[in-house]
Amino acid sequence: MAMSRKSKYATGNIVVSILLALGGIIMVAPLVWMLSTSLKTKESVFALPPEWIPRPAQWENYLRVWEAGPLASGIANSMIVSFSVTIIGTIASTMAAFAFAKLRLPGKNAIFIGLLAGLMIPMPTLLIPQFIMFSTIGWVDTLLPLIIPGLFGNIMMIFFLRQYLASTPDSVIEAAKIDGAGYVRIFTTMILPLIRPAIAAQFILWFMAVWNDYIGPVIYLNSPEKMTLQLVIANFNAAYAIQTDYPLIMTASVIALVPIFAIFVAFQRQIIESVALTGTKG
Amino acid sequence: MTTTALPRTKSRLYRTEHRVALLFVALPLIGFALFTAFPLGYSIYASLTNMNGLGVQDWVGFDNYTRLLKDPYFWQAMGNTFFYMIGIPIGLVLSLVLALAMNRKMFGRSFFRAIYYVPVVSSLAAIAILWQWAFNGDFGLVNQMLGFFGIDGPNWLQDAAWSKPAIIIMSVWKGLGYSMLLYLAAIQSVPRSLYEAAAIDGANSWRQFWSITLPMVRPVTFFLVVTNIIGGAQIFTEINIMTPTGGPEWSTASIVWYIWQKAFKNLQMGYASSMAVVLGIIIFIVTLIQFRLNARNQVEVD
Repeated sequence: MAMSRKSKYATGNIVVSILLALGGIIMVAPLVWMLSTSLKTKESVFALPPEWIPRPAQWENYLRVWEAGPLASGIANSMIVSFSVTIIGTIASTMAAFAFAKLRLPGKNAIFIGLLAGLMIPMPTLLIPQFIMFSTIGWVDTLLPLIIPGLFGNIMMIFFLRQYLASTPDSVIEAAKIDGAGYVRIFTTMILPLIRPAIAAQFILWFMAVWNDYIGPVIYLNSPEKMTLQLVIANFNAAYAIQTDYPLIMTASVIALVPIFAIFVAFQRQIIESVALTGTKG
Repeated sequence: MTTTALPRTKSRLYRTEHRVALLFVALPLIGFALFTAFPLGYSIYASLTNMNGLGVQDWVGFDNYTRLLKDPYFWQAMGNTFFYMIGIPIGLVLSLVLALAMNRKMFGRSFFRAIYYVPVVSSLAAIAILWQWAFNGDFGLVNQMLGFFGIDGPNWLQDAAWSKPAIIIMSVWKGLGYSMLLYLAAIQSVPRSLYEAAAIDGANSWRQFWSITLPMVRPVTFFLVVTNIIGGAQIFTEINIMTPTGGPEWSTASIVWYIWQKAFKNLQMGYASSMAVVLGIIIFIVTLIQFRLNARNQVEVD
């Protein structure tokens, strides 16, 4: 009886594995096809039946793509925006999370709920006034409108770090205070090491979100050399589709995906764990 | 001890602490005031003017709001946006099935989990570009696969009847891994003892799914429904990239795409603001209703 149930489970596993593998093929096929297209010639894209492994592989697409549009400056701009927002914004968020979780401040919970309520306002409602604000001070077609708002911190990050801190005992902090440690020292020597894994996970998620942002850049940036990577590839798409140069479009898109895939492979466990947490906490 | 002996020192200490705490939360508060609270107020004001971003800014009262009620494009964009939400239940059912499959103790589980999660981390712009090409009527991946099964696929994005389903397919594909991950975490946190007790009572797996798993993952379902509706109401990137002119017969234009078009292409910022305010109110009401429904269901379960 026990044996038969075990073998039934094992058979079930085989069936489920096959189904998951089929589903997995559907999940990766478009991405593989993207890579495959990026290695074809303009003409072989239209070959029927399609060839999955282009022969010979047109690696020169990955050389000529840099001449075909402002891809290099796009990567540089995306890095400037993503790193400045996430590094400074993470410091701001972490300090705020510490204060909201552990310091005495009259009405801090009401303040915090107010901040959270702000998340209920959909982004499109705020886009037009923000654009008018930034255009009044002459920041349109610069990276500043994409950077500055992020420097003030990220409410979602504050929320999760605050949750994380709530589970650490207050007594440790009280003891440090009695020992005469300043708040900055408590923050840097006690709190930071304690919540480093949570900060790292939130940092990665935020970095990917900023890196992948499209609507901000499409509103603010006009000059090709100012554009971020996502906007550059979108413009590649519009410009080269007319010339049916699909390999070039796919090459640019593959290049845009590579950094994110690298981050995902390197931090897969942290990303998956912290995302799973957002659902159970949310 | 210290509290009774040194009340004055304590109150001074508290004051210092208050000041430090305020300093620590100052940046997010300023950011909130500058980039959320002020723009919200300004948005409502702008919606009552004929602002064009070039200096014209006259008070027009509720003209923008009466105009949008009569604007067929507004209604079509609203309808299209609503239509895209068909993808939400499809995605949730698929991801729950996936999560159940991945909950089994078997080889390659974390590999599959990563594979299904890859589209989630990918940039939406790149994914939209890829799928636009994949939906190409003659040479796209989708129709070639369909052709393999003898199905003559439509010219997806050029066909008013198939353009919205095409975008739904892409969205489901992209979001599946995220919902699956949340469901998987929820399923794994269900106490084993519940299933063991049910098995002793003679409940089969189907019955266990309906009576234990489904109610236990309801908070995640609720979270996903709310976030998917909020996110779905703001669909823009894939529309703008895959169908830059709003699709055949304007069949793919979403409300945010139309707002963007009006505000930044036609410079009708006042009118666009009124639509943005209406969208904000709709999202707010829908979220509120869902919270009320959820609260009521919670009580019923208890």
